[in-house]
Amino acid sequence: MQKRKQFMETLIHGIFLLLGLITVGCVLLITVYLIVSGLPAIRRIGLVPFLFGKKWASTAAEPAYGILPFILTSVYGTAGAILLGVPVGFLTAVYLAKLAPPAVKAVVTEAVSLLAGIPSVVYGLVGMLILVPGIRALFHIPDGASLLAAIVVLAVMILPSIINVSVTALEAVPREYEDASLALGATPVETYFRVSVPAARSGIAAAVVLGVGRAIGEAMAVMMVSGNAPNMPSLFESVRFLTTAVASEMSYSGGLQRQALFSIALVLFLFIMMINAALNFFLKRSREA
Amino acid sequence: MKRKLMMAALAAGAAAWALTGCAGKQAETVSTDGSTSMEEVIGVLGEAFMQNNSGITFTYNPTGSGSGIQAVQEGRCDIGLSSRSLKEEEKASGLTETVLAYDGIAIIVHPDNPVSDLTLEQIAAVFTGRITNWSELGGSDAQIVLIGREAGSGTRDGFESITGTEDACKYRQELTSTGDVITTVSANEDAIGYASLSAVKENVKALSVGGVAPDEATVKDGSYVVQRPFVLVTKTDAKLSGAAQKFFDFATSEDAVELIGGAGVVAAR
Repeated sequence: MQKRKQFMETLIHGIFLLLGLITVGCVLLITVYLIVSGLPAIRRIGLVPFLFGKKWASTAAEPAYGILPFILTSVYGTAGAILLGVPVGFLTAVYLAKLAPPAVKAVVTEAVSLLAGIPSVVYGLVGMLILVPGIRALFHIPDGASLLAAIVVLAVMILPSIINVSVTALEAVPREYEDASLALGATPVETYFRVSVPAARSGIAAAVVLGVGRAIGEAMAVMMVSGNAPNMPSLFESVRFLTTAVASEMSYSGGLQRQALFSIALVLFLFIMMINAALNFFLKRSREA
Repeated sequence: MKRKLMMAALAAGAAAWALTGCAGKQAETVSTDGSTSMEEVIGVLGEAFMQNNSGITFTYNPTGSGSGIQAVQEGRCDIGLSSRSLKEEEKASGLTETVLAYDGIAIIVHPDNPVSDLTLEQIAAVFTGRITNWSELGGSDAQIVLIGREAGSGTRDGFESITGTEDACKYRQELTSTGDVITTVSANEDAIGYASLSAVKENVKALSVGGVAPDEATVKDGSYVVQRPFVLVTKTDAKLSGAAQKFFDFATSEDAVELIGGAGVVAAR
């Protein structure tokens, strides 16, 4: 009987290990595949002309494969989304975690999770039909599909990640810290910004990094509002992101063009890896704090 | 619909029975090679063909018109696919063209745009950025917004080669589907774009080119110039294999007209 029990234990352990390995296997497979299929084009084009070339014309008679416009667009677009999204998300999180009456908190939390559940193609569609014509009319430019439109869409899309993670971090701040501050005569708002927020800063940093990761990896929604012309980034110009560069040309591509698209995916993958490393760093610090 | 399905099932059953009858015989194949623009139409035809002839394998290799023509010449495929007419020297080298369908490309603008006719030269000038304001074309004083397709798209390739603007178009937006182009043009009064004629609906205005409005008849008789033929290329003096001949007959038959139309082009028949 005892033996049988032990056997079951071992078996179940084995099954769990196997399931865990499947995930690891997927990551390894994707990593190896991306490196293997992404390197040949970089070798043929040359690392410097590929990363720092300003012209992308993949099907021209004399093709050019420079992805600097895509890299810069992704960086600027993400930075813009963070600039708009973080203040809104952060202050919402402070309100939800510390100030909001329970009824309001329930409604807002529900709305935030709904926002997180909206598929990106819906963000794109609403952006395409409302935001793009709106920007066109507001700024009197010939066409509204632009970096600005993408930034606004991304800013809204990253709100749920920022709010949820920040709220969790703020709620984990020990009640005693705040009590001590209040007892010393600080007002509640002073307490939240001088005590709670600094105590939760690693968690809030993790929220921001998570937002960056979400913004830089988004393809569908930005493809529908950014215009997709491979220009150097400018706020009111049509631009192409790293993600959309891969997505928009993949279906009909061939030869070196297709290989170069894999190389773009590899660059994007490296960006995400760096962001993940940063995220892990902040999360670890937040646990230790 | 149900009856059709049943018929198909019956046909498949009969074919399967016929197959077992000649077990051991090698499966026949039809290989096609060429134009990437013809992907959709040839895919639809190939699928229907295989459904009706379950002993035959149909293959399509999307390499581009030039490579397709070369492949049939060198005997590497049964039927070459080209989205342009054969040149005289290609015909002289022993190739025959059979037009399968015509692909009409509509030049579309917002319905409120007062411009309704452009010449081919004006279209080329607009898309290469030599004309940038609608007032130069008799429209209102507004900057022209160029909407195009992504690199590698068959429609883009067709449009640019007909208007002679290869690699020279200054697009404001490069979108990834016909539907996206139409939606975008319908939402911007100053936009101009191009889309497969069969996809154009009421929400945009298709311009006439050199005075000829695009429709099925003008595309078929060639008077609407922004169009190109989809051509089946075969060897003049060599006979097709049994299976290839069967596909050729099917693709040019009355039965295929609806399938071809469904793929967004005008059947030549």
